[in-house]
Amino acid sequence: MSDRERIVGEVKGYLLEEFLPEEDPGSLTDDTSLVSSGVLDSIALVKLVAHLEETYGVELEAHEMSADYLDTPAMIAETVEQRKEPGGGGG
Amino acid sequence: MSERLDELLAGSAERWPERPAVSSADGEERLTYHELERSAASLRDALARHGIGTGDRIAVCAPKSPASLAAVLGILQAGAAYVPVDPTAPAARGAYVIDDCGVAAAVVAADLLAGLRESGSSGLEGLEPWREAPGGRAIEIVRGPGGEKAGAGESPLAYVLYTSGSTGRPKGVVHTHASALSFVHWCAETFNLSEADRFSSHAPFHFDLSIFDLYVSLLHGGEIVLFGEEISKQPTAMAAAIAERGISVWYSTPSVLRLMVEFGQLEAYDWAALRLVLFAGEVFPVKHLRALVEAWPAPRYFNLYGPTETNVCTYFEVPEEIPADRQNPFPIGRVCENDLGRVVDEHGHPVAPGEEGELLIAGGTVMRGYWNLPERTAGAFHVDEEGTRWYRTGDLVRETPGGDLLFVGRRDRMVKRRGYRVELGEIESALYRHPEVVEAAVIAVPDEDGVRIEAFVSRTDGEKGSIIQMKTFCSKELPLYMIPDRFHFRPSLPKTSTDKIDYQALAGGAA
Repeated sequence: MSDRERIVGEVKGYLLEEFLPEEDPGSLTDDTSLVSSGVLDSIALVKLVAHLEETYGVELEAHEMSADYLDTPAMIAETVEQRKEPGGGGG
Repeated sequence: MSERLDELLAGSAERWPERPAVSSADGEERLTYHELERSAASLRDALARHGIGTGDRIAVCAPKSPASLAAVLGILQAGAAYVPVDPTAPAARGAYVIDDCGVAAAVVAADLLAGLRESGSSGLEGLEPWREAPGGRAIEIVRGPGGEKAGAGESPLAYVLYTSGSTGRPKGVVHTHASALSFVHWCAETFNLSEADRFSSHAPFHFDLSIFDLYVSLLHGGEIVLFGEEISKQPTAMAAAIAERGISVWYSTPSVLRLMVEFGQLEAYDWAALRLVLFAGEVFPVKHLRALVEAWPAPRYFNLYGPTETNVCTYFEVPEEIPADRQNPFPIGRVCENDLGRVVDEHGHPVAPGEEGELLIAGGTVMRGYWNLPERTAGAFHVDEEGTRWYRTGDLVRETPGGDLLFVGRRDRMVKRRGYRVELGEIESALYRHPEVVEAAVIAVPDEDGVRIEAFVSRTDGEKGSIIQMKTFCSKELPLYMIPDRFHFRPSLPKTSTDKIDYQALAGGAA
């Protein structure tokens, strides 16, 4: 399993547990839109970012807290990975 | 004393033409009073070229920026009333507001036009481009569906704010220059403000908290620091901007303050400039308020209360020391000096001191009525023997022995979420528009953050549906703050003996 797949899986698990407790896990795919669709509201998004920062030791910029960077589980994992890479603009 | 809101701008522009009037939170866009007045006048003149002005209503649908503020003020200069349309809400809702209010024109961000045109009945034919906003977002003036010009009455209309409506559609709350100015001048007398102050503008223009931010600052010659749609949701960026821009007067909902306490890294900054913090729109849970006061010990704190229909009508100053054992929220306080308040029973008779009843408000800050809804307007007021019009807030209160009013609850199905009014019936109406929904019922469940909105749905196939799919559907019908937090699917919803949906049974099963 690649790093990317592992992060996507963990993020989906977190989203289901924290924000979608009664959802069928099969409804949440890698490409499910979360922010632009209203599945996550602004407070949920702030909590998600805090979770990512803590779990992966990354720091997201304020402008990254948006649908442009975090709309789907796949995009979330990509944003986290880019931040983790040395010289990826993180820190 | 001023009789119109735009005179506040004119007065400060004459006195302090070179002082900063408005800026974006990042400080990159700035206008002096002279520049803001000129920018507003350019819109007024453009409207006049098309015969639009006194007695008209004009929508503004654009992201918050110095340009959109200038548009609001230009509309007021033209003698018209502005109708702010939430640029982040579904286009169908914006188009409904534009049609319902019969606006003569709309000032619209170019990229939002297509959506509004597709969703509305009026063509929104282009009249002329108004300006190229910094960042490349053009703003255009388009023709609206038009409607009857409003008569001036005692004071001309200033703005119409649309709030959630229990019948499934938003309704427009109509304020006059006089009702807005009554509130603005009360603020000037109550809070010690000056041209040295920097006022936050966190609330969007379609939310009534913006009336304080904009007009109280313009009256004093202060600087309005605009927190746009993006930064308003980012607690770390917001906290940094408050400190770095030297905001001295902050006004927002408790939800926003709480978000900053929890995620804003407040300990990282110097808060020397901040001296007044106002909050309104919902109950502030004491434990979160206490955490805020610990992070920001210096400012004075006030809880302001009032439905959109009354501006602010009661106020309470939070004591410097919040007792460690206090758990109940603070009162909404005393009725503002420019209004009158009464606590009444269901027959409209005043209750004995300390007893629970509905709060009625009369006075300078009260709205004229709901736009084009004469029956709803009549139902919203109780007219007493002396002919005084009392607005029925629908809020249940009781008076404490100290003379403060305490908010107890609601008479109806309206709740406050993140400071916004949410009519649960409006959410149900939206859910019923879903092709697979047979029954829908929505309840509000109190929790430690305020309230949680829970939806109960039965579907045509009787099966469990996808929460993600339901939320995505709602995002096309409702503003984000009205989307239910939780969905529960049931084969059918419980009924009372009279075959109505049994809300009490649902509430019992929601925990």
